[in-house]
Amino acid sequence: MSMVAEAPALIGTSGDSLREAFGKALSNLADEFPKLVVLDADIAGGTGVHHFRTSHPSRLLQFGIAEQNMMAAAGGLAAVGLLPVVTTFAVFCLRAVEQARLSLAYSRRNAKIVASHPGLDVGPDGGSAQALEDLAAFRAIPGMTVISPADPIEMALATRAILEFEGPVYMRTGRSAAKRLFGDDHQFAIGRGRIIRQGTDVTLVACGVEVARALEAAETLAQESVSARVVNMATIKPIDVELLASCAVDTGAIVTAEDHNIYGGLGSAVAETLAITRPCPVEFVGVKDVFGASGEPEELANLYGLTAPHIVRAAHRAIARKQRISGRRKNFR
Amino acid sequence: MTLTLRSISEEVPQSPAMDLEKQLALAAAFVRRHSIASIYHAGSGHPGGAMSCADLLACLFGAELNFWPSGIDDPHRDRFVLSKGHAAPALYAVGAHYGFCDAKAALRLRKLGSPFQGHPHVLDLPWVETSTGSLGQGLSVALGMAMGLRMQRSAARVYTLLGDGELQEGEVWEAAMCAAHHELDNLCVLIDYNKLQSDNRNDLIMRLEPLAAKWRAFDWAIAEIDGHDIPQILSTLRRAGATQNRPSVIIAHTVKGKGVSYMENVPSWHGSVKLTREQAEDALLSLGASRNEIKEFLDVDGG
Ligand SMILES: Cc1ncc(C[n+]2csc(CCOP(=O)(O)OP(=O)(O)O)c2C)c(N)n1
Ligand SMILES: [Mg+2]
Repeated sequence: MSMVAEAPALIGTSGDSLREAFGKALSNLADEFPKLVVLDADIAGGTGVHHFRTSHPSRLLQFGIAEQNMMAAAGGLAAVGLLPVVTTFAVFCLRAVEQARLSLAYSRRNAKIVASHPGLDVGPDGGSAQALEDLAAFRAIPGMTVISPADPIEMALATRAILEFEGPVYMRTGRSAAKRLFGDDHQFAIGRGRIIRQGTDVTLVACGVEVARALEAAETLAQESVSARVVNMATIKPIDVELLASCAVDTGAIVTAEDHNIYGGLGSAVAETLAITRPCPVEFVGVKDVFGASGEPEELANLYGLTAPHIVRAAHRAIARKQRISGRRKNFR
Repeated sequence: MTLTLRSISEEVPQSPAMDLEKQLALAAAFVRRHSIASIYHAGSGHPGGAMSCADLLACLFGAELNFWPSGIDDPHRDRFVLSKGHAAPALYAVGAHYGFCDAKAALRLRKLGSPFQGHPHVLDLPWVETSTGSLGQGLSVALGMAMGLRMQRSAARVYTLLGDGELQEGEVWEAAMCAAHHELDNLCVLIDYNKLQSDNRNDLIMRLEPLAAKWRAFDWAIAEIDGHDIPQILSTLRRAGATQNRPSVIIAHTVKGKGVSYMENVPSWHGSVKLTREQAEDALLSLGASRNEIKEFLDVDGG
């Protein structure tokens, strides 16, 4: 019998996944940020941090499978002047939310949390591993900046940006191979959303893997003569208030899209903002307050309502509501 | 082709005439083969840690637990919690072998709509007792079960299987202290001490030794055994059952990837790996499967 000796094929590391882009960026930035140290909990092969381990082994701090200890230790490292980046899967960051709250945010430490494997994009590992609550949990912590980039280029820029930024940050990467959406001239700034496609009838506001789906939805809508604007809202907190208000004024209808529970994440942040600035109809594309399950990411997106056609239908609903409102306004005159 | 997966498990005569140890060895072999097949069909999963715990699971389900498919609602059943939830394929396989689920259905591991998720989920499969997958929590749940059963004067016992890497979670030691404080002698922990975890060897990631001394310091009754030696596993489980006023821990020395020659002791076979057809065939051959069995396991449709 033949003996198979080759190393196993690791799932999802092929292609330009956001986690790989993050790991490479960290490794490239290490010399520029001499205080940077990276914290791992036995999962560097999955978070992309294996690149950093190879390039800067002495600055990779191994905590074993012990996320709570790792999170609070980051507070200590920051307290003595280092620039710690905590890395693990998004779902295990949830395990250490309270440590992040007290020892990072409450103490206002300059520490970063970078979470791979967010949302249904985790796929076959199943419901237990699919973090659909992380944006909500970290967004609710005072002083915590929350970021979810959309493509490998943006991921690299965001990695630099969080290292330059002073204060605690929670940033999502991603498991699956990610489409290139942006050119080499792409720009990223914390707190700034960007219009990546112009439109006048509705605005699709998305983050992470949903940005590519929103662009696809806008294409479909264009064929139906609906002009959809697409905003890449890579920073969920602090959210870009001015941009949202102007989109509400310009298009009068908003759809949010995220690989997250519809409660507490991007959709909530957008709706909260518009409620006190420029109220307008908002429709939410996201996981409808249920847990995920095993399956391939695309199958799950389909089952749980995260695909481009779901965004298209939400856009139609938002536009219909806008039209009903303007109809009512006319009747008042 | 007709599927006779059931007959593979039925090949194991359940008659008392057959030597229990032989039955359990066959059960463990089935667990390994079925796990390889399901991980192959899934295109992802954790084979190494499923191979290492197959003998422990076979002994628990085949000889120790007072837990049968007809009694999954019996409040006085023994409970088993797979704390190292990523070894789900092995749990599903042992469940299939002992009639808790269908062997062919369990090959639909990690597929959309299948109850056999990547990690056990109690709402999909009640007999897995609790959902796991985040390391370090299963022991706490098992502890709660043991406390609750004792409060209700049940004689049922609670068993849980932990990975060695899993022991790095602080929660494990919170539970360890708590179980000893409450003198939970109806709680038994098994440690799959295969010396490897996700990225590398335990001693390179986060040293566990002196491991027995740690549990001793937490005031647990300890046994250290060869986790592939079925008679030893059986006699140790029996002794653990007789322990009084203290929880018991069985530190089972195992080999990660046990039985699949190319996987044994190789960290990269932890997971989450994609097995090629050739690799799956080689693994099954290595596990002593016949050509026919290999075809049955790998050519099954509905995968
Ligand atoms: C809390 C938590 N952190 C990280 C992981 C990711 N993970 C899955 S398996 C594994 C390694 C487990 O090693 P070990 O407990 O030794 O299991 P075994 O060797 O038996 O497979 C890790 C880190 C997890 N499942 N849960
Ligand atoms: Mg191990």
